[in-house]
Amino acid sequence: MPNTRNIRHRIQSVRNTSQITRAMQTVAASKMRRAQDAAVQGRPFAQLAMQFLAQAAKAAEDYTHPLLEAREVRRRAVILVSTDKGLCGALNANLFRQAAELDAATTMFIAAGRKGAQFLARAGRNLVAEFPYHETPLFSDAQAIAQMARQIFSKKEADEVAVLYPRFVNTLVQKPETVSLLPMNRLWEKENLSNEPGREYLFEPTVPGVMDYLLRYYLDFQILQILQETRASEHSARMVSMKNATENAEQLLKDLTLAYNKIRQAAITTELLDNATAQMAIS
Amino acid sequence: MADTLKLRIVTPRGVVYDREVAMVTLPAQDGELGVYPTHTPLFTLIGQGEVIAKATGKEDRILVTGGCAEITGDAVSILTVFATDEERVDERQAEEARRRAEERLKERDKLSPEELALVQASLAHSTAQLRVRRRRRPGQPPGGGSQG
Repeated sequence: MPNTRNIRHRIQSVRNTSQITRAMQTVAASKMRRAQDAAVQGRPFAQLAMQFLAQAAKAAEDYTHPLLEAREVRRRAVILVSTDKGLCGALNANLFRQAAELDAATTMFIAAGRKGAQFLARAGRNLVAEFPYHETPLFSDAQAIAQMARQIFSKKEADEVAVLYPRFVNTLVQKPETVSLLPMNRLWEKENLSNEPGREYLFEPTVPGVMDYLLRYYLDFQILQILQETRASEHSARMVSMKNATENAEQLLKDLTLAYNKIRQAAITTELLDNATAQMAIS
Repeated sequence: MADTLKLRIVTPRGVVYDREVAMVTLPAQDGELGVYPTHTPLFTLIGQGEVIAKATGKEDRILVTGGCAEITGDAVSILTVFATDEERVDERQAEEARRRAEERLKERDKLSPEELALVQASLAHSTAQLRVRRRRRPGQPPGGGSQG
């Protein structure tokens, strides 16, 4: 006879698991809402900053800046933005698949988020730095990364700096995306601003004054936006995967309870049958 | 040619203002700058002060601290870290922001130059918000009071 005690234990353990995943789902859901808001509200700023720089750079043709200098790309640096914690579905795995496709010999990595650093170390990639960032990404988090990127680029340790991160599309979809950050012209080249006629702009107070100001903060805020997108993706992915886990656990619980009841009933029937046979034997 | 300007004020925390207006006054770094439609294209740095947006029969004032503006014939776009619609100044929030900024300034050696600039701007911005709030005590019509 199958063991009822075994099944009872399994039911209990599945129930415990479902309670944990449900709690995690609730937590992720509330964090998700905040992170999504931050990511979505930050987008117009990032977009406008890019337009500003593109327009201004086009109008100020004579202006040169080390960060605008396009070189032949021999070595690349890639900032890999991942989460610190797991249990967020295939989010990191999808990201790392893209990272693994990059040429190991010519690519150096900067990791933001612990999972990415672990992956790179395990894969034996050239990891030059690791940065943490807060639950709600701070300007200083982004700035530390931007500073490193600027340094690598201006010391010519890399001819291009890109970032690979999970872009937040919606709660169900997050897409790994590579965006080139340095030299900065790369950012707007693909934005197809070329069909717009280059306007003649005046600059107040001076061309370097405006350009320096824009360039000084631009990269930092762009990276901040990327960190926020990553957090939004992380919590969305975790919410969805925990929701699935809870639903699976509930289904399992149903199946197990059914099996348990069947066994129990079979046992009762056998017992009754035994009694009846015994009675018949006596009489 | 357009006879209105599309004024957009954008911060990292979202779009603060996005409307068609007739005329805009900007606090440029070396003085106020009035912009009407068909203005020459211009990039200018913003200091601290009020952006005044005039539409027919209406006037909006938005407090900004630092930033950069792009002016074209039919649009004014302002990119700034600190912008608050004066109608929506929240005294408690401003007070809180000021306290936080002051606290961080106490440890200024730990801040990078960029961070320091931002914290100082945050302090200036929250102080300006409080000033605006006090100028418009409840009971006074909006925009009233001494403009000193």
